Amino acid sequence: MQEVVDQLASVIREAAARKTALRIRGGGTKDFYGGALRGEILDTRAYAGVVDYEPTELVLTALGGTPLAEIEALLKRHGQMLAFEPPRFGDGATLGGAIAAGLSGPRRPYAGSARDHVLGVRMLDGTGSELKFGGQVMKNVAGYDVSRLMVGSLGTLGLLLEISLKVLPLPVSELTLRQERSQTAAIELMNAWAGKPYPVTATCHVDGALYVRLSGAEPAVRAARARLGGDEAADGAQFWEALRDHRSAFFRSGMALSRVSIRPTAPPLGLHAAELVEWSGALRWLAGAPEPAAIREAAARAGGHAALFRGGDRTAGVFQPLSAPLAKHHRRLKASFDPDGVLNPGRMYPDF
Amino acid sequence: MYNRVMSTVVEAAPVDLARQRKVAAALRAFMPAAAVLFDREDVQPYECDGLSAYRQVPMVVALPGNEGEVQRILRVCHEMRVPVVARGAGTGLSGGALPLGNGVLLSLAKLMRIVEIDPAARTARVQPGVRNLAISEAAAPLGLYYAPDPSSQIACSIGGNVAENSGGVHCLKYGLTVHNILALRAITIEGEILEIGGEGLDSAGYDLLALMNGSEGMLAVITEITVKLLPRPEHAQVVMAAFDDVEKAGAAVANVIAAGIIPAGLEMMDQAATLAVEQFVHAGYPTDVASILLCESDGTTEEVADEVRRIEAIMEASGAILIRVSGSDAERLRFWAGRKAAFPAVGRISPDYYCMDGTIPRKRLAEVLRKITELERKYELRCANVFHAGDGNLHPLILYDANKPGELERTEAFGAEILEFSIRVGGTITGEHGVGIEKVNHMCMQFRGAELEIFHAVKRAFDEHGLLNPGKAVPSLTRCAEFGRMHVHAGQEKFPDLPRF
Repeated sequence: MQEVVDQLASVIREAAARKTALRIRGGGTKDFYGGALRGEILDTRAYAGVVDYEPTELVLTALGGTPLAEIEALLKRHGQMLAFEPPRFGDGATLGGAIAAGLSGPRRPYAGSARDHVLGVRMLDGTGSELKFGGQVMKNVAGYDVSRLMVGSLGTLGLLLEISLKVLPLPVSELTLRQERSQTAAIELMNAWAGKPYPVTATCHVDGALYVRLSGAEPAVRAARARLGGDEAADGAQFWEALRDHRSAFFRSGMALSRVSIRPTAPPLGLHAAELVEWSGALRWLAGAPEPAAIREAAARAGGHAALFRGGDRTAGVFQPLSAPLAKHHRRLKASFDPDGVLNPGRMYPDF
Repeated sequence: MYNRVMSTVVEAAPVDLARQRKVAAALRAFMPAAAVLFDREDVQPYECDGLSAYRQVPMVVALPGNEGEVQRILRVCHEMRVPVVARGAGTGLSGGALPLGNGVLLSLAKLMRIVEIDPAARTARVQPGVRNLAISEAAAPLGLYYAPDPSSQIACSIGGNVAENSGGVHCLKYGLTVHNILALRAITIEGEILEIGGEGLDSAGYDLLALMNGSEGMLAVITEITVKLLPRPEHAQVVMAAFDDVEKAGAAVANVIAAGIIPAGLEMMDQAATLAVEQFVHAGYPTDVASILLCESDGTTEEVADEVRRIEAIMEASGAILIRVSGSDAERLRFWAGRKAAFPAVGRISPDYYCMDGTIPRKRLAEVLRKITELERKYELRCANVFHAGDGNLHPLILYDANKPGELERTEAFGAEILEFSIRVGGTITGEHGVGIEKVNHMCMQFRGAELEIFHAVKRAFDEHGLLNPGKAVPSLTRCAEFGRMHVHAGQEKFPDLPRF
């Protein structure tokens, strides 16, 4: 496999010498996400395979090009899971792509994000140099946490060759409750539940209904069910899978989709768009969104940020603009890892 | 102040008095005289942190009372090219807050206000000097708490926790500091305010929040922190299991995890540690066994009852010779009090001790413990082992007497071999105490030149002139060449591209 790394590294080195852009790509299932797609495609899929997995260590190490589906199937056979529930926007989604995008699914507020589960990475920087940060252990404070910095950096800092992740056991039992609620009432309830020691592992409000998933030991789930109220949804598991992968009706409207990450207690955004709430209120999806500027203002007022997730008018960029000091440090970090600016330029912000 | 003396006591270099007067005057231009110290007797108390083996009297101590003052201090220091070491409560165990004889020691102790608690959003906004435990105490009436609980939590400050990415005994289930922080305000050496993170669960751009956690005061000075608060578990119980063989205890840990249980805490102590603890706090540990495990379950009453039953069965099947379940919260806290008092307890039975902090893959535990036993014979020193077994973080405490000639040097060599072995089995030199000044040489064993270069580049991105906490956490390549123990990772790679002397 080292020859694949050498090949990838030499492509990067050549691009750096010529100062031409490279577009790192796994399954290409998230081509719709982020800023401009520029440069020659650098395919990571030849570098695939699970390197190390011992269920009792709660750690899995796999190469960046490994299909997410292969990893999740392996974990499932051993009664474990990726607790951050990375969304799969297609069958070809790779681990490297999932980590580079840094997106997490419905379980995120309760079990942690993609970044929270990353323990270490091996990567190529923008000079083609092979680097290793973090490791396969749960606690590691030797050096800056470069592994976690890579998560969500959209391939602009490096190509992820290998990733070690913390994995967790699948819950023994799980059920979904549904009740009719207004959006305002649902946001209040979600937050109230999050402040109590209930085994809540997902929440969603859409089309006038509030859904909550309970996971854990059977007696705990049973006891919480009685306290939370609502009716058990027969298709609970499918509901959350469809939400996670954006296959439910809300996400298939074909309208521009915005992702708004804010204070969980913020009231409904009221921006004349269909609104879906998850993450105990901390994540709002808007379909058929109005002006991106209006959404960004509303997000900032609620202590967060907005991204134009899919479609829409992308001329004003897709991510919330950074404050001047943060933007400056982003550019400097980019230059530290990729001095010639060859890796996914423009994928995050237009100027790097 | 547990380990009294280690070898590397920094000699107090003669202070550049003219420079000292100039820097103090520049700071006193906007700060009260009482908040800018430089008389020997005033600055002496800041000469070390929790790793008191390393001492250095700072040139000037600045005690800002608000963020504006922090910003101006940093601007002045940047302009005058004075290095700055930030300090919280000074409980760190790796010398991260060791001052510089030509620098300003920036104490954030006066920034100790809990600015706001939002019970509905379950967050607390606090200043960096707030004690870890004070956050949970303030949140307790709301049924909430701050999860990371380093053993020093009654004294350590939250700013220091972020700088070190501190752990505690509940990490496996609730994560480290990095997993429990939502936002930071931090000021660069140039005096720019960085607002990192936000009130939501993620933010735009790079994950600077992750980068700041554990950056040991090298990138910016934190002035405000928003932490996540969690609902206090309804119920918690501890299972204590004793084993006549360390390997059986190690297997029991793996068996608990294999059963799909993520305990709230899972700790191991060997006989030397339990003996010391029992003499000190009478926690109720058996002292005639090779090893004990403390396994905590928390959650709803129903959940805990179910989980404790399962844990008991696993311990029994794994060969435990004694199992006790806490019958009351008082007993549960007594079991934990023993574990949390392990360091001071060992401090009572030995004139000095040296605390290590390697983390290893759990499956290599027995092997590492055998190695430590072997090294005890080699160096003729005893070692008590305390272990965050759930997450693989090992704290061997090497017992020695600094007054006996040669013991100190043997202790350091012993410690270095443990760290080297930790790397060899796929682990790391520090799980939660940080690199600081103490393990800066050992970084050369864990990382190659290319990674160290990136660390330096990251540092330069925030601090071009290397003024924030210089000399800590990341060694220069020159230093690694002098240390001469490069990169033992996987026991094969060398350091081909490095200038040597």
